[in-house]
Amino acid sequence: MDATAVAKSAPANIGARPQPLGEPKIIARDVNVHYGEKHALKNVTLDVPEKAVMAFIGPSGCGKSTFLRCINRMNDTVASAKVSGLIQIDDQNIYDPSLDVVQLRARVGMVFQKPNPFPKSIYENVAYGPRIHGLARNKAELDEIVESSLKKASLWNEVKDRLNDTGTGLSGGQQQRLCIARAIAVSPEIILMDEPCSALDPIATARVEELIEEIRRNYTIVIVTHSMQQAARVSQRVAFFHLGILVETGETEKIFTSPNDKRTQDYITGRFG
Amino acid sequence: MSLADNHIVSSFDDDLNQLADKLAEMGGLCEKLVGESVDALVRRDIPLARRVIEWDRAIDRLQHEIEERGIMTIARRAPVAIDLRQVVGALRIANDLERIGDLAKNIAKRVVALDGQFQPPKLAGGVAHIADLTLAQLKEVLDAYTRRDDKRALEVWTHDGEIDALYNSLFRELLTYMMEDPRNIGFCAHLLFCAKNIERIGDHATNVAETVYYVVHGVPLTEDRPKADLVSADFD
Repeated sequence: MDATAVAKSAPANIGARPQPLGEPKIIARDVNVHYGEKHALKNVTLDVPEKAVMAFIGPSGCGKSTFLRCINRMNDTVASAKVSGLIQIDDQNIYDPSLDVVQLRARVGMVFQKPNPFPKSIYENVAYGPRIHGLARNKAELDEIVESSLKKASLWNEVKDRLNDTGTGLSGGQQQRLCIARAIAVSPEIILMDEPCSALDPIATARVEELIEEIRRNYTIVIVTHSMQQAARVSQRVAFFHLGILVETGETEKIFTSPNDKRTQDYITGRFG
Repeated sequence: MSLADNHIVSSFDDDLNQLADKLAEMGGLCEKLVGESVDALVRRDIPLARRVIEWDRAIDRLQHEIEERGIMTIARRAPVAIDLRQVVGALRIANDLERIGDLAKNIAKRVVALDGQFQPPKLAGGVAHIADLTLAQLKEVLDAYTRRDDKRALEVWTHDGEIDALYNSLFRELLTYMMEDPRNIGFCAHLLFCAKNIERIGDHATNVAETVYYVVHGVPLTEDRPKADLVSADFD
Protein backbone atom coordinates (compact mmCIF):
# COMPACT_ATOMS: atom_id res chain seq x y z
CA MET A 1 0.00 0.00 0.00
CA ASP A 2 1.16 3.51 -0.75
CA ALA A 3 2.32 4.92 2.58
CA THR A 4 1.78 8.56 1.67
CA ALA A 5 -1.78 7.82 0.61
CA VAL A 6 -2.44 6.32 4.02
CA ALA A 7 -0.97 9.30 5.78
CA LYS A 8 -2.96 11.77 3.73
CA SER A 9 -6.35 10.12 4.04
CA ALA A 10 -6.95 10.27 7.77
CA PRO A 11 -9.89 8.14 8.90
CA ALA A 12 -13.11 10.10 8.60
CA ASN A 13 -13.96 9.66 12.28
CA ILE A 14 -10.89 11.49 13.57
CA GLY A 15 -11.94 14.74 15.14
CA ALA A 16 -15.59 13.93 14.47
CA ARG A 17 -18.31 14.80 16.96
CA PRO A 18 -19.51 11.94 19.16
CA GLN A 19 -22.32 9.87 17.71
CA PRO A 20 -25.72 11.42 18.28
CA LEU A 21 -27.75 9.61 20.91
CA GLY A 22 -30.51 7.19 20.04
CA GLU A 23 -34.25 7.68 19.90
CA PRO A 24 -35.89 8.99 23.04
CA LYS A 25 -36.99 6.23 25.39
CA ILE A 26 -38.94 8.53 27.66
CA ILE A 27 -40.66 11.69 26.56
CA ALA A 28 -42.16 14.21 28.96
CA ARG A 29 -44.39 17.06 27.85
CA ASP A 30 -45.55 19.91 30.09
CA VAL A 31 -45.21 17.91 33.26
CA ASN A 32 -46.37 19.75 36.37
CA VAL A 33 -46.25 18.44 39.92
CA HIS A 34 -47.96 20.01 42.91
CA TYR A 35 -47.45 18.91 46.49
CA GLY A 36 -50.57 20.45 47.97
CA GLU A 37 -50.07 24.19 47.47
CA LYS A 38 -46.45 23.87 46.42
CA HIS A 39 -45.82 23.92 42.68
CA ALA A 40 -42.76 21.64 42.66
CA LEU A 41 -42.28 21.08 38.94
CA LYS A 42 -43.28 23.55 36.26
CA ASN A 43 -43.96 22.63 32.62
CA VAL A 44 -41.10 20.22 32.21
CA THR A 45 -40.63 19.04 28.64
CA LEU A 46 -37.79 16.62 28.14
CA ASP A 47 -36.60 13.62 26.12
CA VAL A 48 -34.52 10.88 27.71
CA PRO A 49 -32.42 9.03 25.10
CA GLU A 50 -32.48 5.25 24.95
CA LYS A 51 -29.51 3.20 26.15
CA ALA A 52 -27.60 6.15 27.49
CA VAL A 53 -27.10 7.84 30.84
CA MET A 54 -28.90 11.10 31.49
CA ALA A 55 -27.96 13.03 34.62
CA PHE A 56 -30.34 15.38 36.42
CA ILE A 57 -28.49 18.10 38.30
CA GLY A 58 -29.57 21.11 40.30
CA PRO A 59 -29.66 22.49 43.82
CA SER A 60 -31.67 20.78 46.56
CA GLY A 61 -35.38 21.28 46.11
CA CYS A 62 -35.10 22.06 42.41
CA GLY A 63 -37.47 19.26 41.40
CA LYS A 64 -35.03 16.78 39.90
CA SER A 65 -35.92 13.96 42.28
CA THR A 66 -39.60 14.84 41.94
CA PHE A 67 -39.31 14.43 38.19
CA LEU A 68 -37.36 11.18 38.58
CA ARG A 69 -40.15 9.84 40.76
CA CYS A 70 -42.72 10.69 38.11
CA ILE A 71 -41.05 8.26 35.71
CA ASN A 72 -42.03 5.19 37.75
CA ARG A 73 -45.04 6.83 39.38
CA MET A 74 -43.49 6.80 42.83
CA ASN A 75 -45.30 10.06 43.45
CA ASP A 76 -48.56 8.07 43.45
CA THR A 77 -47.64 7.04 46.98
CA VAL A 78 -47.49 10.67 48.15
CA ALA A 79 -51.06 11.61 49.06
CA SER A 80 -50.69 15.35 48.40
CA ALA A 81 -48.88 14.96 45.07
CA LYS A 82 -50.72 15.82 41.88
CA VAL A 83 -49.04 15.10 38.55
CA SER A 84 -50.28 16.52 35.25
CA GLY A 85 -48.92 16.54 31.73
CA LEU A 86 -47.72 13.67 29.60
CA ILE A 87 -45.01 11.11 30.28
CA GLN A 88 -44.55 8.35 27.73
CA ILE A 89 -42.26 5.37 27.72
CA ASP A 90 -42.02 3.89 24.22
CA ASP A 91 -45.10 5.86 23.13
CA GLN A 92 -47.13 4.52 26.04
CA ASN A 93 -48.66 7.02 28.44
CA ILE A 94 -47.57 5.81 31.86
CA TYR A 95 -50.33 7.78 33.59
CA ASP A 96 -52.98 5.94 31.58
CA PRO A 97 -55.49 4.74 34.22
CA SER A 98 -55.59 1.29 32.66
CA LEU A 99 -51.85 0.83 33.10
CA ASP A 100 -50.66 -1.67 35.69
CA VAL A 101 -48.32 0.25 37.99
CA VAL A 102 -46.66 -2.92 39.25
CA GLN A 103 -45.77 -3.85 35.67
CA LEU A 104 -44.53 -0.32 35.06
CA ARG A 105 -42.21 -0.53 38.04
CA ALA A 106 -40.85 -3.82 36.76
CA ARG A 107 -39.91 -2.00 33.57
CA VAL A 108 -38.55 0.98 35.47
CA GLY A 109 -36.19 -0.06 38.25
CA MET A 110 -34.95 2.24 40.94
CA VAL A 111 -31.84 2.56 43.07
CA PHE A 112 -31.91 4.88 46.05
CA GLN A 113 -29.51 7.16 47.82
CA LYS A 114 -29.01 4.87 50.79
CA PRO A 115 -28.49 1.22 49.97
CA ASN A 116 -31.63 -0.53 51.19
CA PRO A 117 -31.20 -4.29 50.84
CA PHE A 118 -33.97 -6.44 52.29
CA PRO A 119 -33.01 -7.98 55.65
CA LYS A 120 -32.68 -11.29 53.88
CA SER A 121 -29.91 -13.30 52.26
CA ILE A 122 -27.95 -11.93 49.32
CA TYR A 123 -29.59 -14.58 47.16
CA GLU A 124 -33.11 -13.67 48.28
CA ASN A 125 -32.50 -9.97 47.71
CA VAL A 126 -31.94 -10.64 44.03
CA ALA A 127 -34.37 -13.56 43.66
CA TYR A 128 -37.34 -11.76 45.18
CA GLY A 129 -38.31 -9.65 42.17
CA PRO A 130 -38.03 -12.36 39.50
CA ARG A 131 -39.99 -14.71 41.74
CA ILE A 132 -42.95 -12.38 42.33
CA HIS A 133 -43.01 -11.39 38.67
CA GLY A 134 -42.90 -15.06 37.63
CA LEU A 135 -39.77 -14.64 35.54
CA ALA A 136 -38.36 -18.08 36.48
CA ARG A 137 -40.07 -21.41 35.98
CA ASN A 138 -37.88 -23.35 38.37
CA LYS A 139 -35.04 -23.11 40.86
CA ALA A 140 -32.38 -23.58 38.19
CA GLU A 141 -33.68 -20.64 36.18
CA LEU A 142 -33.89 -18.50 39.29
CA ASP A 143 -30.32 -19.43 40.21
CA GLU A 144 -29.26 -18.35 36.76
CA ILE A 145 -31.02 -14.99 37.02
CA VAL A 146 -29.43 -14.37 40.43
CA GLU A 147 -25.99 -15.24 39.14
CA SER A 148 -26.23 -13.20 35.95
CA SER A 149 -27.68 -10.19 37.80
CA LEU A 150 -24.90 -10.28 40.37
CA LYS A 151 -22.38 -10.59 37.56
CA LYS A 152 -23.87 -7.62 35.71
CA ALA A 153 -23.67 -5.68 38.94
CA SER A 154 -19.98 -6.68 39.29
CA LEU A 155 -20.69 -8.26 42.66
CA TRP A 156 -20.66 -11.97 41.84
CA ASN A 157 -17.00 -12.63 42.56
CA GLU A 158 -17.25 -10.98 45.94
CA VAL A 159 -20.36 -12.83 47.13
CA LYS A 160 -20.59 -16.13 45.22
CA ASP A 161 -19.36 -18.11 48.22
CA ARG A 162 -21.72 -16.53 50.68
CA LEU A 163 -25.03 -16.12 48.89
CA ASN A 164 -26.89 -17.16 52.03
CA ASP A 165 -25.28 -14.47 54.18
CA THR A 166 -27.50 -11.53 54.96
CA GLY A 167 -27.40 -8.64 52.46
CA THR A 168 -27.20 -6.04 55.18
CA GLY A 169 -23.87 -7.50 56.30
CA LEU A 170 -22.14 -6.31 53.13
CA SER A 171 -20.15 -3.07 52.93
CA GLY A 172 -21.98 0.07 51.81
CA GLY A 173 -20.63 -0.11 48.29
CA GLN A 174 -21.43 -3.80 48.01
CA GLN A 175 -24.94 -3.16 49.34
CA GLN A 176 -25.48 -0.53 46.66
CA ARG A 177 -24.31 -2.90 43.95
CA LEU A 178 -26.62 -5.55 45.46
CA CYS A 179 -29.47 -3.07 45.08
CA ILE A 180 -28.46 -2.52 41.45
CA ALA A 181 -28.38 -6.32 40.95
CA ARG A 182 -31.84 -6.49 42.50
CA ALA A 183 -33.07 -3.81 40.10
CA ILE A 184 -31.50 -5.55 37.11
CA ALA A 185 -32.92 -8.97 38.07
CA VAL A 186 -36.42 -8.16 36.79
CA SER A 187 -34.99 -7.12 33.38
CA PRO A 188 -36.08 -3.52 33.47
CA GLU A 189 -35.66 -1.23 30.46
CA ILE A 190 -35.01 1.85 32.53
CA ILE A 191 -33.06 2.26 35.76
CA LEU A 192 -33.58 5.36 37.87
CA MET A 193 -30.84 6.22 40.31
CA ASP A 194 -31.39 8.79 43.01
CA GLU A 195 -27.94 9.88 44.23
CA PRO A 196 -26.70 6.30 44.24
CA CYS A 197 -23.18 7.14 45.41
CA SER A 198 -23.73 9.87 47.95
CA ALA A 199 -23.19 7.46 50.85
CA LEU A 200 -20.20 5.72 49.28
CA ASP A 201 -16.45 6.25 49.50
CA PRO A 202 -14.50 7.07 46.29
CA ILE A 203 -13.53 3.46 45.59
CA ALA A 204 -17.08 2.18 45.99
CA THR A 205 -18.27 5.16 43.94
CA ALA A 206 -15.82 4.29 41.18
CA ARG A 207 -17.11 0.69 41.18
CA VAL A 208 -20.70 1.87 40.82
CA GLU A 209 -19.72 4.31 38.07
CA GLU A 210 -17.83 1.57 36.25
CA LEU A 211 -20.96 -0.54 36.56
CA ILE A 212 -23.14 2.25 35.16
CA GLU A 213 -20.73 2.57 32.24
CA GLU A 214 -21.04 -1.16 31.55
CA ILE A 215 -24.79 -1.50 31.82
CA ARG A 216 -25.71 1.64 29.90
CA ARG A 217 -25.38 -0.27 26.64
CA ASN A 218 -28.45 -2.29 27.59
CA TYR A 219 -30.46 0.05 29.78
CA THR A 220 -31.73 3.57 29.75
CA ILE A 221 -30.37 5.18 32.89
CA VAL A 222 -31.44 8.36 34.62
CA ILE A 223 -29.28 9.46 37.52
CA VAL A 224 -29.85 12.26 39.97
CA THR A 225 -26.59 13.46 41.43
CA HIS A 226 -25.23 16.35 43.45
CA SER A 227 -21.73 15.64 42.25
CA MET A 228 -20.97 17.67 39.14
CA GLN A 229 -17.93 15.53 38.55
CA GLN A 230 -20.03 12.39 38.67
CA ALA A 231 -22.51 13.83 36.18
CA ALA A 232 -19.59 14.78 33.93
CA ARG A 233 -18.05 11.33 34.25
CA VAL A 234 -21.00 9.01 33.76
CA SER A 235 -23.59 10.79 31.64
CA GLN A 236 -24.02 11.53 27.96
CA ARG A 237 -26.75 14.09 28.52
CA VAL A 238 -27.44 16.46 31.37
CA ALA A 239 -30.60 18.25 32.45
CA PHE A 240 -30.26 21.18 34.84
CA PHE A 241 -33.25 21.96 37.07
CA HIS A 242 -33.69 25.09 39.13
CA LEU A 243 -36.70 26.15 41.22
CA GLY A 244 -38.93 23.58 39.59
CA ILE A 245 -37.98 24.61 36.08
CA LEU A 246 -35.95 22.64 33.57
CA VAL A 247 -33.42 25.34 32.72
CA GLU A 248 -31.24 23.59 30.19
CA THR A 249 -30.60 20.21 28.73
CA GLY A 250 -27.77 19.23 26.44
CA GLU A 251 -24.84 16.99 25.71
CA THR A 252 -22.65 16.51 28.75
CA GLU A 253 -19.53 17.94 27.08
CA LYS A 254 -21.42 21.05 26.07
CA ILE A 255 -22.97 21.60 29.51
CA PHE A 256 -19.62 21.30 31.27
CA THR A 257 -17.56 23.36 28.84
CA SER A 258 -19.95 26.05 27.65
CA PRO A 259 -23.51 25.88 28.94
CA ASN A 260 -26.03 28.19 27.29
CA ASP A 261 -27.81 29.46 30.35
CA LYS A 262 -26.15 31.66 32.97
CA ARG A 263 -28.00 29.83 35.77
CA THR A 264 -26.48 26.54 34.63
CA GLN A 265 -23.03 28.09 34.52
CA ASP A 266 -23.42 29.67 37.95
CA TYR A 267 -24.53 26.39 39.46
CA ILE A 268 -21.93 24.07 37.97
CA THR A 269 -19.07 26.48 38.64
CA GLY A 270 -20.13 27.04 42.25
CA ARG A 271 -21.31 30.64 41.91
CA PHE A 272 -24.90 30.40 43.07
CA GLY A 273 -25.84 33.55 44.95
CA MET B 1 -18.04 39.19 30.77
CA SER B 2 -17.31 39.01 34.47
CA LEU B 3 -13.98 37.90 35.84
CA ALA B 4 -13.70 35.47 38.71
CA ASP B 5 -15.20 37.31 41.65
CA ASN B 6 -18.29 35.50 42.79
CA HIS B 7 -17.58 31.89 43.62
CA ILE B 8 -19.12 30.64 46.84
CA VAL B 9 -15.62 29.41 47.70
CA SER B 10 -13.75 32.72 47.51
CA SER B 11 -10.30 31.11 47.46
CA PHE B 12 -11.31 29.71 44.06
CA ASP B 13 -11.67 33.32 42.88
CA ASP B 14 -8.22 34.02 44.32
CA ASP B 15 -6.71 31.11 42.39
CA LEU B 16 -8.20 32.26 39.09
CA ASN B 17 -7.36 35.91 39.68
CA GLN B 18 -3.77 35.13 40.59
CA LEU B 19 -3.48 33.11 37.42
CA ALA B 20 -4.78 36.07 35.41
CA ASP B 21 -2.44 38.47 37.26
CA LYS B 22 0.59 36.33 36.51
CA LEU B 23 -0.43 36.19 32.88
CA ALA B 24 -0.80 39.98 32.75
CA GLU B 25 2.67 40.31 34.24
CA MET B 26 4.06 37.92 31.66
CA GLY B 27 2.28 39.76 28.84
CA GLY B 28 3.70 43.10 29.96
CA LEU B 29 7.18 41.66 30.09
CA CYS B 30 6.78 40.19 26.61
CA GLU B 31 5.74 43.54 25.18
CA LYS B 32 8.75 45.15 26.79
CA LEU B 33 11.21 42.57 25.49
CA VAL B 34 9.85 42.61 21.95
CA GLY B 35 10.07 46.42 21.91
CA GLU B 36 13.57 46.46 23.37
CA SER B 37 14.89 43.73 21.10
CA VAL B 38 13.85 45.79 18.07
CA ASP B 39 15.26 48.97 19.63
CA ALA B 40 18.51 47.15 20.20
CA LEU B 41 18.52 46.10 16.56
CA VAL B 42 17.74 49.53 15.15
CA ARG B 43 20.17 51.36 17.43
CA ARG B 44 22.74 48.55 17.45
CA ASP B 45 22.63 48.70 21.23
CA ILE B 46 24.58 45.65 22.40
CA PRO B 47 24.09 46.16 26.18
CA LEU B 48 20.31 46.46 25.65
CA ALA B 49 20.35 43.26 23.55
CA ARG B 50 22.19 41.47 26.37
CA ARG B 51 19.57 42.65 28.86
CA VAL B 52 16.80 41.25 26.66
CA ILE B 53 18.59 37.90 26.52
CA GLU B 54 18.88 37.95 30.30
CA TRP B 55 15.24 38.92 30.86
CA ASP B 56 13.89 36.10 28.73
CA ARG B 57 14.59 33.83 31.69
CA ALA B 58 12.02 35.75 33.72
CA ILE B 59 9.43 34.97 31.05
CA ASP B 60 10.31 31.29 31.18
CA ARG B 61 9.98 31.35 34.95
CA LEU B 62 6.56 33.00 34.73
CA GLN B 63 5.39 30.44 32.21
CA HIS B 64 6.47 27.70 34.57
CA GLU B 65 4.66 29.31 37.44
CA ILE B 66 1.46 29.78 35.43
CA GLU B 67 1.59 26.17 34.36
CA GLU B 68 1.98 24.99 37.95
CA ARG B 69 -0.83 27.20 39.18
CA GLY B 70 -3.07 26.08 36.34
CA ILE B 71 -2.43 22.41 37.01
CA MET B 72 -2.92 22.95 40.73
CA THR B 73 -6.24 24.69 40.08
CA ILE B 74 -7.42 21.86 37.84
CA ALA B 75 -6.40 19.29 40.43
CA ARG B 76 -7.91 21.05 43.42
CA ARG B 77 -10.95 22.82 42.05
CA ALA B 78 -11.98 20.61 39.14
CA PRO B 79 -13.08 23.70 37.22
CA VAL B 80 -15.86 23.45 34.63
CA ALA B 81 -17.43 25.72 32.02
CA ILE B 82 -16.09 29.32 32.12
CA ASP B 83 -13.65 28.48 34.93
CA LEU B 84 -12.20 25.58 32.96
CA ARG B 85 -11.88 27.79 29.89
CA GLN B 86 -10.10 30.46 31.95
CA VAL B 87 -7.54 27.97 33.20
CA VAL B 88 -6.99 26.28 29.85
CA GLY B 89 -6.87 29.70 28.21
CA ALA B 90 -4.21 30.90 30.65
CA LEU B 91 -2.08 27.82 29.98
CA ARG B 92 -2.34 28.26 26.22
CA ILE B 93 -1.62 31.97 26.29
CA ALA B 94 1.36 31.43 28.58
CA ASN B 95 2.75 29.03 25.96
CA ASP B 96 2.34 31.61 23.20
CA LEU B 97 3.93 34.32 25.34
CA GLU B 98 6.84 32.07 26.16
CA ARG B 99 7.44 31.57 22.43
CA ILE B 100 7.19 35.31 21.88
CA GLY B 101 9.86 35.79 24.54
CA ASP B 102 12.09 33.28 22.78
CA LEU B 103 11.66 35.08 19.45
CA ALA B 104 12.56 38.41 21.05
CA LYS B 105 15.60 36.79 22.60
CA ASN B 106 16.59 35.44 19.20
CA ILE B 107 16.46 38.95 17.73
CA ALA B 108 18.64 40.18 20.60
CA LYS B 109 21.15 37.38 20.01
CA ARG B 110 21.42 38.40 16.37
CA VAL B 111 22.12 41.98 17.44
CA VAL B 112 24.99 40.68 19.58
CA ALA B 113 26.23 38.53 16.71
CA LEU B 114 26.18 41.51 14.34
CA ASP B 115 28.55 43.48 16.56
CA GLY B 116 31.31 44.91 14.39
CA GLN B 117 29.81 43.84 11.08
CA PHE B 118 29.08 46.14 8.19
CA GLN B 119 25.68 47.66 8.92
CA PRO B 120 24.03 50.17 6.59
CA PRO B 121 21.79 51.97 9.09
CA LYS B 122 18.74 52.56 6.88
CA LEU B 123 18.22 48.84 6.24
CA ALA B 124 16.81 48.19 9.70
CA GLY B 125 14.04 50.74 9.13
CA GLY B 126 11.68 48.28 7.44
CA VAL B 127 12.10 45.83 10.30
CA ALA B 128 11.27 48.59 12.79
CA HIS B 129 8.08 49.29 10.87
CA ILE B 130 6.84 45.70 10.89
CA ALA B 131 7.83 45.52 14.57
CA ASP B 132 5.69 48.57 15.41
CA LEU B 133 2.68 46.96 13.78
CA THR B 134 3.28 43.66 15.54
CA LEU B 135 3.82 45.30 18.91
CA ALA B 136 0.51 47.13 18.50
CA GLN B 137 -1.19 43.80 17.76
CA LEU B 138 0.41 42.24 20.83
CA LYS B 139 -0.67 45.13 23.07
CA GLU B 140 -4.16 44.97 21.67
CA VAL B 141 -4.58 41.24 22.16
CA LEU B 142 -3.25 41.38 25.72
CA ASP B 143 -5.78 44.12 26.47
CA ALA B 144 -8.47 42.00 24.84
CA TYR B 145 -7.49 39.16 27.16
CA THR B 146 -7.53 41.32 30.28
CA ARG B 147 -11.01 42.56 29.42
CA ARG B 148 -12.18 39.28 27.93
CA ASP B 149 -13.11 41.38 24.91
CA ASP B 150 -13.86 39.02 22.04
CA LYS B 151 -14.45 41.81 19.54
CA ARG B 152 -11.01 43.30 20.00
CA ALA B 153 -9.52 39.82 19.87
CA LEU B 154 -11.30 39.23 16.59
CA GLU B 155 -9.90 42.47 15.23
CA VAL B 156 -6.35 41.41 16.06
CA TRP B 157 -7.05 38.08 14.43
CA THR B 158 -8.22 39.63 11.16
CA HIS B 159 -5.40 42.20 11.03
CA ASP B 160 -2.54 39.72 11.07
CA GLY B 161 -2.66 39.69 7.26
CA GLU B 162 -1.14 43.18 7.26
CA ILE B 163 1.94 41.96 9.08
CA ASP B 164 2.26 39.08 6.64
CA ALA B 165 1.98 41.47 3.69
CA LEU B 166 4.60 43.77 5.17
CA TYR B 167 6.89 40.84 5.73
CA ASN B 168 6.54 39.87 2.06
CA SER B 169 7.51 43.31 0.84
CA LEU B 170 10.38 43.50 3.33
CA PHE B 171 11.62 40.14 2.05
CA ARG B 172 11.77 41.51 -1.49
CA GLU B 173 13.38 44.74 -0.36
CA LEU B 174 16.14 42.93 1.51
CA LEU B 175 16.72 40.68 -1.52
CA THR B 176 17.28 43.80 -3.59
CA TYR B 177 19.85 45.13 -1.12
CA MET B 178 21.66 41.84 -1.15
CA MET B 179 21.80 41.78 -4.93
CA GLU B 180 22.96 45.40 -5.03
CA ASP B 181 25.96 44.83 -2.82
CA PRO B 182 27.14 41.41 -1.61
CA ARG B 183 28.63 43.06 1.48
CA ASN B 184 25.04 43.56 2.65
CA ILE B 185 24.26 39.86 2.57
CA GLY B 186 25.36 38.91 6.08
CA PHE B 187 23.53 41.74 7.72
CA CYS B 188 20.45 41.41 5.55
CA ALA B 189 20.21 37.69 6.22
CA HIS B 190 20.15 38.43 9.94
CA LEU B 191 17.57 41.15 9.35
CA LEU B 192 15.46 38.72 7.39
CA PHE B 193 15.50 36.28 10.29
CA CYS B 194 14.59 39.12 12.64
CA ALA B 195 11.68 40.06 10.38
CA LYS B 196 10.57 36.45 10.27
CA ASN B 197 10.74 36.30 14.07
CA ILE B 198 8.55 39.37 14.28
CA GLU B 199 6.11 37.91 11.80
CA ARG B 200 5.98 34.79 13.99
CA ILE B 201 5.29 36.98 17.02
CA GLY B 202 2.30 38.29 15.09
CA ASP B 203 1.15 34.71 14.55
CA HIS B 204 1.37 34.04 18.29
CA ALA B 205 -0.69 37.19 18.88
CA THR B 206 -3.39 35.72 16.66
CA ASN B 207 -3.18 32.46 18.62
CA VAL B 208 -3.81 34.48 21.76
CA ALA B 209 -6.75 36.14 20.00
CA GLU B 210 -8.17 32.71 19.21
CA THR B 211 -7.79 31.68 22.84
CA VAL B 212 -9.54 34.84 24.05
CA TYR B 213 -12.40 34.06 21.69
CA TYR B 214 -12.56 30.51 23.02
CA VAL B 215 -12.50 31.65 26.65
CA VAL B 216 -15.40 34.01 26.01
CA HIS B 217 -17.56 31.81 23.77
CA GLY B 218 -16.60 28.24 24.55
CA VAL B 219 -16.24 27.42 20.86
CA PRO B 220 -13.14 27.75 18.70
CA LEU B 221 -12.80 30.39 16.02
CA THR B 222 -13.28 28.30 12.92
CA GLU B 223 -13.29 30.59 9.92
CA ASP B 224 -10.10 30.59 7.90
CA ARG B 225 -7.96 33.56 8.70
CA PRO B 226 -6.87 35.59 5.65
CA LYS B 227 -3.28 34.51 5.07
CA ALA B 228 -0.89 36.72 3.17
CA ASP B 229 2.51 35.26 3.95
CA LEU B 230 3.20 34.21 0.37
CA VAL B 231 6.95 33.93 0.76
CA SER B 232 6.94 30.88 2.97
CA ALA B 233 3.51 29.52 2.10
CA ASP B 234 5.00 26.33 0.73
CA PHE B 235 7.18 25.63 3.75
CA ASP B 236 4.72 26.04 6.62
